[in-house]
Amino acid sequence: MSEMKTLETEMKAIVFQLLDEEYGVDVHQVRSIERIQEITRVPRTPSFVKGVINLRGIVTPIIDLRSRFDLEEASYTEETRIVIVNANDMEVGMIVDSANDVIDVPADTVEPAPKVVGGIQAEYLDGVAKLEKRLLILLNLEKVLNPEEIIALRQFKETNE
Amino acid sequence: MDMNQYLDVFVDESREHLQAMNEHMLKLENDPTDVAIVNDIFRSAHTLKGMSATMGFEDLASLTHQMENVLDAIRQSKVLVTDEVVDALFESVDHLEAMVESIIAGGDGKHDVDEIVRKLNVIETGEKSATVSNEQGQSASGDGLDEFQRSILAQSFEQGLHPYTVKVTLEKTCILKAARVYMVFDVLEQLSEVIHSDPSVSELEEEKFDYAFSVTLVSEKNAEEIREKISKVSEVEEVHVQNYEIESSSSEAAEPAAAIELEKTELKKAVTEGKPETPSKNAQSNKTMRVNINRLDHLMNLFEELVIDRGRLEALAKQLNNSDLTDTVEHMTRLSSDLQDALLTMRMVPIDQVFNRFPRMIRSLAKDLGKKINLDISGGETELDRTVIDEIGDPLVHLLRNSVDHGIELPEKRTKAGKPEEGTISLVSYHSGNHIFIEIEDDGGGINREKVLEKAIENDIINPAHAETMKDHEVYQLLFASGFSTADTVSDISGRGVGLDVVKSKIESLGGQIMVTSEPGQGTKFAIELPLTLSILSAMLITIGSETYAIPLSNIVESIVIPKKEVMKAHNQLVVDFRGKVVPLLSLRDVLEVEGIPEEKNTYSVVVVRKGDQMAALIVDRFIGQQEIVLKPLGKYLSNIFAISGATILGDGKVSLILDCNDLIK
Repeated sequence: MSEMKTLETEMKAIVFQLLDEEYGVDVHQVRSIERIQEITRVPRTPSFVKGVINLRGIVTPIIDLRSRFDLEEASYTEETRIVIVNANDMEVGMIVDSANDVIDVPADTVEPAPKVVGGIQAEYLDGVAKLEKRLLILLNLEKVLNPEEIIALRQFKETNE
Repeated sequence: MDMNQYLDVFVDESREHLQAMNEHMLKLENDPTDVAIVNDIFRSAHTLKGMSATMGFEDLASLTHQMENVLDAIRQSKVLVTDEVVDALFESVDHLEAMVESIIAGGDGKHDVDEIVRKLNVIETGEKSATVSNEQGQSASGDGLDEFQRSILAQSFEQGLHPYTVKVTLEKTCILKAARVYMVFDVLEQLSEVIHSDPSVSELEEEKFDYAFSVTLVSEKNAEEIREKISKVSEVEEVHVQNYEIESSSSEAAEPAAAIELEKTELKKAVTEGKPETPSKNAQSNKTMRVNINRLDHLMNLFEELVIDRGRLEALAKQLNNSDLTDTVEHMTRLSSDLQDALLTMRMVPIDQVFNRFPRMIRSLAKDLGKKINLDISGGETELDRTVIDEIGDPLVHLLRNSVDHGIELPEKRTKAGKPEEGTISLVSYHSGNHIFIEIEDDGGGINREKVLEKAIENDIINPAHAETMKDHEVYQLLFASGFSTADTVSDISGRGVGLDVVKSKIESLGGQIMVTSEPGQGTKFAIELPLTLSILSAMLITIGSETYAIPLSNIVESIVIPKKEVMKAHNQLVVDFRGKVVPLLSLRDVLEVEGIPEEKNTYSVVVVRKGDQMAALIVDRFIGQQEIVLKPLGKYLSNIFAISGATILGDGKVSLILDCNDLIK
């Protein structure tokens, strides 16, 4: 960490998998990575909100990232993880296919995201990092976890019922 | 010196003193001749001055200094307490508050105080009207006593205490004169109440006297005893004790009875304790300490964890069925509920803290609107959890403003209606069970049903056809609809876009409710019901399918099992007859969109819940039982979920949601 300090532009990212793409979030925004556990459903929420879990005494909302991005949903496996992240002053868990890597992302490898990446709108992304042979999609958590959007989605659902 | 570490203390104490000044000034306004009140204000101003000077807040110090001068002048009867004076003092406190607020906000507390200081200065140095007429009587007596001191002397004389003038002469060889003076005073204060000294105490301390000084005091001891005790102090050459002549009976008569009454009791207290008046008051207060609220919150969080683990242990003990384990768990349960009580009491604060600022507010509002209003506060000692206290202020301010603005009529109108000119708003608070009630009642014009309906139709809140059939209490509830204001014109006081809807949602967010009753021409009453604490509550656990939900006990009227054949239909809605009342029947399974089909039974398990005087019957699959649960927020991400007010963690570690019955009853 201390030697990294000199390279202000470099970022450490937690890497996780959704479908066959690799995504990254800034390590500073990640609180912990948990195995899948029993989730209590919260009624009348958008379908990507899976519910809440007891995270060491704190009730934490959980969303399914595949579902959040309108990707094809999959059943949970041994590999499935909940990445607990902190954004907009709140903690939310994101269900991902797997999470097992931490890598350095030099700033000069990051490019703006193309309009649609694997079905995900560009507005949810901070950019795309090209690292040797890997392509890392950097998530903008503030946008992904915007509570306003939940409310908007709920109202949309209610008016369509 | 690093001032930051003292800043919190400074802020807290300043607030207390400002509050005290506000209160005492209101009292003074009603009882302008009571010197004891002036003394109280003076003390606060003086302390504030010292504190601000130490902290380097010059403007604060200079304003308080000037206030002190004025107060001192009042004390010495050089200035009479007129409306003008009270207004100036209130204005000063406003300035002080602004400065303290600025300091809290991280500012330097700088504030232009020149004008108010000038105003105070004018008052102090002599508008003719404010000068007391019988001043010459004072100078004539030539004993250096002021009106206040003289009245104390007269008073104590009536109580059978003896006033004396003690002349003490020290030996010429005495080196540490100040130390001897101190010793003499020490003796005197044990025997008596020192009223006055010549030269003044501060001059004595600075050794600004030759070898003799005289002290006026009252004591129950006789002259010889006093002389003897003082003579024992070394290096005292001569002690001369003589009776003090109370001659100025005229000025005593001028003193109003009420003031004397108060001083009497105060003096008695001081005398019986054998201590000087001022410190004795402070010494009486209970020992307390200031604790940072964050630390208490932390303690509370730890305790909540403990409650959850307790639930887990209880479940385990039941499973294992080992008597030793069961006994231990039972003991721990008892202990932790005692601990909970202790913790909660620690977080309890009297609601006075909130109420205190209202008299002042009502005074100035009434003045602005040309109304005459008497605010009657009772139950200020009622205690509430700190978190609730912090939140309840704003809604109350809003309701009180509403009462002043819309409730109480102008004096002319009141006289015409055959009511006293002065309107009364009463603010009452009391405990009942696990709830606290706060009521704001005015004897004003009441709510005009037609006007409310008119406005509601105009704003598209209801349709005209519906309006006819509405009951009064339903009409009053319209006041809480968003975007609603009954005022014909938007005034300065209310109708600033923030309506009673905000009040309602705030109170509901605190787990409480608000009800309105009104009698046209007689007045309006807003009644607020709040839970004592927010974080731990008793709840009934129920299941629907595989899901467990908690329903707060405070919402539950009863849980019953009813045969299916007793269910009726009205307006396409299932209803049941619950003790002669038709209550809608809701399937929680449908409301909460629980998957699966309920098992076929001939009966419904029903929880009857209420909101105000409305009820609903909720169909559940099974009752589990009653349990203490810890309320945990769902967080910002899942805010405003329909029918869910939060979550809790059960003994098995699973999360269970808490039903919000307010959403289920419309």
